[in-house]
Amino acid sequence: MSELKKTPLHALHLELGAKMVPFAGYDMPVQYDLGVMKEHQHTREKAGLFDVSHMGQVIVQGASYEAAALGLERLIPADILGLTENRQRYGFFTNESGGIEDDLMFANRGDHIFVVVNAACKEADIAHLKAALESVLSVTEITDRALIALQGPASEHVLASFDDRAADMRFMDVATLDLNGTEAWVSRSGYTGEDGYEISLPQDAVEGFARALLAHDGVEAIGLGARDSLRLEAGLCLYGQDMDGELNPVEASLSWAIQKVRRTGGARAGGFPGADVILPALERGPHRHRVGLLPEGRAPMRQGVPLFEAEEGGSQIGFVTSGGFGPTIGAPVAMGIVADSLHIPGTRLYGELRGKRLPLTVAKMPFTPANFKR
Amino acid sequence: MKFTEEHEWLREEGELIIVGITEHAATQLGDIVFVELPDVGDTVSKDDEVVVIESVKAASDILAPLDGEIVEVNEALADAPATVNEDAMEGGWFFKIKPSDLSPMDDYLDEAAYKKLIG
Repeated sequence: MSELKKTPLHALHLELGAKMVPFAGYDMPVQYDLGVMKEHQHTREKAGLFDVSHMGQVIVQGASYEAAALGLERLIPADILGLTENRQRYGFFTNESGGIEDDLMFANRGDHIFVVVNAACKEADIAHLKAALESVLSVTEITDRALIALQGPASEHVLASFDDRAADMRFMDVATLDLNGTEAWVSRSGYTGEDGYEISLPQDAVEGFARALLAHDGVEAIGLGARDSLRLEAGLCLYGQDMDGELNPVEASLSWAIQKVRRTGGARAGGFPGADVILPALERGPHRHRVGLLPEGRAPMRQGVPLFEAEEGGSQIGFVTSGGFGPTIGAPVAMGIVADSLHIPGTRLYGELRGKRLPLTVAKMPFTPANFKR
Repeated sequence: MKFTEEHEWLREEGELIIVGITEHAATQLGDIVFVELPDVGDTVSKDDEVVVIESVKAASDILAPLDGEIVEVNEALADAPATVNEDAMEGGWFFKIKPSDLSPMDDYLDEAAYKKLIG
């Protein structure tokens, strides 16, 4: 194992008493003194500051936005060309068998596209982008900027105290703001189900800005532990668990991210890896689905728990992909993949935990209502 | 009171031994959200997995420290698992065991030795 990488906020995490763990090759804070439960609740009630500098930031640029968009559309089944300036969208890279190679956010920032990808996949993603596009577009990994997220209902008030234009942004808007005298690339988005912002700013400015945020009464530093429980309650997928290279977007219940224009009959239908699998799947529906699951007891059902239709006997019909305790729900929550026809909310299934089959119910997601500022 | 290297505490109560986990262990586990206890009347052997503790982070097993019969479990933990975090050494106890062989007790740590173990 090579030495763990550090984000520009590493020293601040240690100073704040974080418990550090290895994550995607980085030494990252899993929790601070508050603990996962209180960090989770704090984010839902006030505002949480997350260091997500381990994620990949990439600029894709061509002769025009249109050129860059059409290039990226060869790798991502989404309407990138039709994205309005200063707006952001969710998408994913697909592979030849229709599976998902990584999920990402992309933003139209006028003359270029700003892409944010998962830490664990960033090297492969950038190689993939370069191999496919570098003959016609420039693909540049941004290595001199940190990325932080401010999430929770107090986020707007806090960020607007630095630049009041933050309050004018709507969910999935992007803007360049002046935060503490620094040029920040900001989107109104996140991974918690709460209102909030994701903020890219120069490495040498991030610690000062993070301290300025933490000086606000309502802002606490939040670790990866609460980040996971927050996103799980919000019904948001984690790449590598709830979706992967083996699962197509329709099975992963992510069809909503493939706009009409890229589907059969659309003006720019197909033209991305795995289109021959994904387009028919969109038409006829999948054989299995990612669903929300609510265990009936108090025992959390975590990744890998096998699912059955009956309390006894029968073959396995699915498995849990993410699970844990939902602090806001006050009960265990999970996501899983289940066979077609067993995906209807209200369907009762059984998860085999330590040799016992315990009941759980297919449920609509998000488990906690989304509080986005639309 | 005695301690195991697996961070359990064992307190004698008449002919029974009460078993819980230490404050140190509870802190390390993080917020505890579920405790699965054995059934009263279960006969257990030393090192059997008798309790499962789920924290917000992960599941952990607690091993029986002695051979014997489970005679009482802390039912209150079903609705209030966080008691283990808040009061690990008293209210957060797991079960009472009627031991059939007390000899392992001699090998367990006293408080000074346990404190040394956790530094």
